[in-house]
Formats: sequence, C-alpha cells, structure tokens
Amino acid sequence: MALPPQLIAEFDELVTHYPERRAALIMALHRCQDELGGWLAPETLEDLAAYFHLEPVEVYGVASFYPMFQLRPVGKHVVSVCHNISCELRGAREVLAKVCQVTGAPVHGTSPDGKFSVHTVECQGACANAPMLDLDGHYHEDLDAAKVERILGGVS
Amino acid sequence: MSPESKPAPSRIGTALRSPGAQPRGGLVPQPKIDKRPTYLLSRVYTEGSHTLAGYKKAGGYAALEKVLRTPLSYAQVIEIVKDSGLRGRGGAGFSCGMKWSFMPDPTKDPRPRYLAINADESEPGTCKDRVLMERDPHGLIEGALIACYAMRAQAAYIYVRGEYRLSYDRMLAALAEARAAGLVGKNILGTDFSCEIWMHRGAGAYICGEETGLMESLEGKRGHPRPKPPFPAGFGLWGKPTTVNNVETIFNVPFIVEGGAAWYKTMGTEKSPGNILAGLSGHIERPGVYELPLGLPAREILEVYGGGVWKGRKLKAWIPGGSSCGLMPAALIDAKMDHDSIKAAGSMLGTAAMIFFDETACTVRAMEVIARFYDHESCGQCSQCREGTQWLSQIFRRIEHGKGRMEDIALLESLAKGMAPAKTICALADAAAIPTLASVKHFRHELEEHVKLGRCPFQTGSQIAIPELAHAH
Repeated sequence: MALPPQLIAEFDELVTHYPERRAALIMALHRCQDELGGWLAPETLEDLAAYFHLEPVEVYGVASFYPMFQLRPVGKHVVSVCHNISCELRGAREVLAKVCQVTGAPVHGTSPDGKFSVHTVECQGACANAPMLDLDGHYHEDLDAAKVERILGGVS
Repeated sequence: MSPESKPAPSRIGTALRSPGAQPRGGLVPQPKIDKRPTYLLSRVYTEGSHTLAGYKKAGGYAALEKVLRTPLSYAQVIEIVKDSGLRGRGGAGFSCGMKWSFMPDPTKDPRPRYLAINADESEPGTCKDRVLMERDPHGLIEGALIACYAMRAQAAYIYVRGEYRLSYDRMLAALAEARAAGLVGKNILGTDFSCEIWMHRGAGAYICGEETGLMESLEGKRGHPRPKPPFPAGFGLWGKPTTVNNVETIFNVPFIVEGGAAWYKTMGTEKSPGNILAGLSGHIERPGVYELPLGLPAREILEVYGGGVWKGRKLKAWIPGGSSCGLMPAALIDAKMDHDSIKAAGSMLGTAAMIFFDETACTVRAMEVIARFYDHESCGQCSQCREGTQWLSQIFRRIEHGKGRMEDIALLESLAKGMAPAKTICALADAAAIPTLASVKHFRHELEEHVKLGRCPFQTGSQIAIPELAHAH
C-alpha cells in the first residue's frame, strides 16, 4: 500500500515549514489517521517511514508515544470522555456511564456493531464547561445524561 | 528548505472544520467592576472577533504598525516588555523581557533563531489559551510578530495541543488572512521585516507542554524533555537559539507596546503587573474564564467572579493554579492570587486555573485522579518519575477504594520526597509530588479516615469501573 497522492502532496508542502523534514511527522500521522480509517495501520507507519526517510521503528516509537494516535482499529465514531479533575467534580462518571449505555461500547472498547469506540481521556481544556466529551474531534460541553443521549442518539 | 521559503498556507486541517454550534469554550459574561480595566478579553465578545476585519475594526495590528513604522529598535521593544514587568503566564512566572534578552546577539551568533509558542494547554483545570485562539487569533499573531521582531527570529511555531481543533482551525484561517494582507511572510507592511508563522499540532501528550519536550515534539520526536543546560536560548529547536513563550504571555505584548509599560503597571501588583486569565472550575455557580488583575484575594475571585460555591454549600478545598499546585484547605482562601503571595501561602500561581471543591467532595478521590494523571503522562525517561508516579497513583487508588494501610501515608510522603525537588530532567515528578505532599499536610485526616473505615466516606451513587490503561512508558 502506498500513501494516497493527495496526502503526499500535502506532506510535500508541509515539510517546507520546517528546516528538517522529520519535523512534519506528527502532523502527517494526524492526517493519515483522519483520512485512512481513524487509525494508523502498520502499513501506514511503514509508508510514513519511507516518506520521512526513517526506520519504521522510529515512526512506531513516535506514534505509540502520543495518546491521540490509535494503533488498533476503532469504531466508525470515536467518543472520548474527559475524566480528569474538573469534569470528575461535575459528573464525568455519570456521563461516561451514559455514553457506554447509549453506544453499547465498553470503556476503551468498541460497540459490537462497530459504530462507536469509547475512551476516557485526560484533561481536554474544557474545565469551565465540565463535564465534556469529544465526538470525532468536536467538543460537546456542559453535559448531563439527557444531553449525552441527544448528541449520540443523533449520530448515524 | 528554510522555513520561509514557501508561504502558501497548508491544507493540513481542512478536513477538520467544526460543524454546527461552537462550544462555549469558557466564555462567560464578565462582572463589571469599577476601576478594574480589562484588555485581554476586550474583543472576544464581538461577533467576528476571530476575523481580520473584526480585529482591524477593534484597532488590531496598530502595535505592529507602531513597531515597524516608528520604527522601534529591537532593543527598545525588549526594554518596553522588560519594563512592563510581564511575567510568563504558562506557570513558571519568569520575566518575559528577561527571557527574550537571553537570546544571543545575532551580530555575534548568526544562526537561524525561532520563537515557539506553547499552546499545549494541558495542565488539568487550565482552559484559558483556548479562548484567545478561538476568538482572537489575530491578537496572538500580532504578538508573535512583535516578539519575533524583537528577538530577530525568522519564524514562530505555534504548538497547539492536538485536541484543540477549533483553535487550530481558527489560527490557520487567521494566518491565511494575515498572509494575504501582507502581515505574515516577506517584507511585512512593506518594511524589510520578514517573518513566518506556522501551526503545529501535538497529539495528546501533556509532557509536550514542558518547553524542551515541546521542542522535541516539534522536531517530530517523542516528547522527551531535554536536560538543561543547554538552555533553549542557546540550543533550542534544531539546536538553534529559541525562546518558548505561552500563548497568553505573547498575547499581552501588543497591549504593552501600544499602552506602554507605565500603563501596564497600573494593573496588578508591583511584582506581578497586568491582568491574568483565570479559569474557574469545579463546584462553583459560574465556572468560566475570567480576566482579573493579579493580586486579588482568592475569596473575592471565588465569590465575585465564580458566584460562590454551588448549591449553597461550603468550601472544603481549592487549587490555585492547576492540579500540580495541590489542594489548599478552605482556611487559606484569603491568600492573594499573585506569584509571590501564593508562594508565601505554600502553593503556586501556576496557570491561575482555580479548581474549587465543596464540602461533599473527597480529597482522596481528587488525589486518585490527579496522581493517575501524572502517572499516565510521565514520559518514562527518569526512573524516579516513571516509577514514583505509578506508585503514588496506586497508593491513592487503594486508599480511596478501602484497601489502604495506615503506613501508606508515610509511604506517600517518602516517595514524593524521593521524586522532587529537582531530582529529574523536568518538573513532571515535582508536579506529582507537590500535590501529594499537600494532601498529606492538609488532609491527612481524610486519608486516615479512609484507612480506618476501609471505604470512602464520601462516595455515593453508582460508580463506573474504568479499566487501567497501558501507556507509553
């Protein structure tokens, strides 16, 4: 498998932002995850290694360091629920329980129909609007159980 | 491939446009208080504040014009910022002007040099930089340009945490507008000043908010902090002179350049001048990001800005500046919120991310969460930190869940003292040790009560079990 040409074109421009090519690696990992099914397959990491003139193990070392990078397949939609202190104080655990109930996914797992993956995440910087969740990269704040149901119930 | 060789805006991020309603993102009505001027949030409430048109209408880019048209010398700009007494808003509170003056003289050291702007806002409780990037991105761009001019840096990199997609989108759009208007790139405003600004996304690692971890991450590596010295001013990004400043710090700069150091010093205290953005969260009536002068009593901030403890309850504990500062008892709520006063009260101003706990909250549960966080985020390089954070997390967890032993309290103290101060490459171990020691000092009775009862005396209702996650180290 090779990287799609439109991604290569993006990366060719991206590397000009930096004096060293490798600096664009994390941005490129994000774009691959966004465009290639929501996770980083081993072949993607190898393709990126080739593009950046790095050993595959170096790319794996970087990808595995950062919690946002998924190294296993995920559901069609990814729900991340913050369970750090400010959210904890305002009902993060109730939100998480509701998320699991509505999606049918266990914490750190995927629903049997493959529609949702649910994760807990550390502080997302929405502390003044706690509790919060992130659905496919978009924040939903000031949550309660009814709001969780409304948000996730509307996802197709 | 120099960073300024190709000014075309990146397409990266085009798939990330946020649909539908924008999250509130900390924005709340500010209390109007006589003789207490505000400036940081002066634009964010206006529709279109994030666009170039909106920014210009509010008088934006006047400070940059002043610098380039007067023109002010590099040294003059640094002097104004130094005189203003602006202290870093990322947590350490170091003098901004002083930091800038550490950059080597380019006539003697002609290497390329960089500004890195730390937008990795990740300290639990902190949600202030987001307001600026989402609602006033041109303010950050103008500040970055003036900073680069003063330090003669040819490029600034804005390192924004990966989860902040709206901040990233808004910054990217604002940069495209600024480039098209000749405000970023070659020969800015027709002068011989050229400067590039690039956006760079992180990917969920708290340690990349540490300045050397941030630089490693910007170079495309794991965010492993570097031993200091060498300091970034001599050996920073790609081994070149680099200054790392927080978003809010840089955001202050155009106001200082325009208003002057004397004006700036009319706000705040003598040693901590200016206003800060305080993120108020937890058990209060009106959580939000508030602009207030440094030096206000924490009680006033809680009551006048935060609307007091919610549900008519009493305050049990509070954190002044993010989870690494540790829990302070309610008895210390009259401490003043500026760098030196809060230090004298035994804590830190940090990022002024104030978290409040009502009388029903469990401080052991709070520490279980805080210790878990630092365990999760330790990069794993230093054994004291890698092992220590894991031990702290497990011990708080077992005390909270009724499996603690009385000797665990002494063990917490001894572990924390073995981790800090200054026993590791960076301060993450300190960030875990400080709240641990504060918990033992101020809330020993709650730890003991958990052990004696064999359960948490505060927890009610259902609890969802969260499996422990494997992490990078």
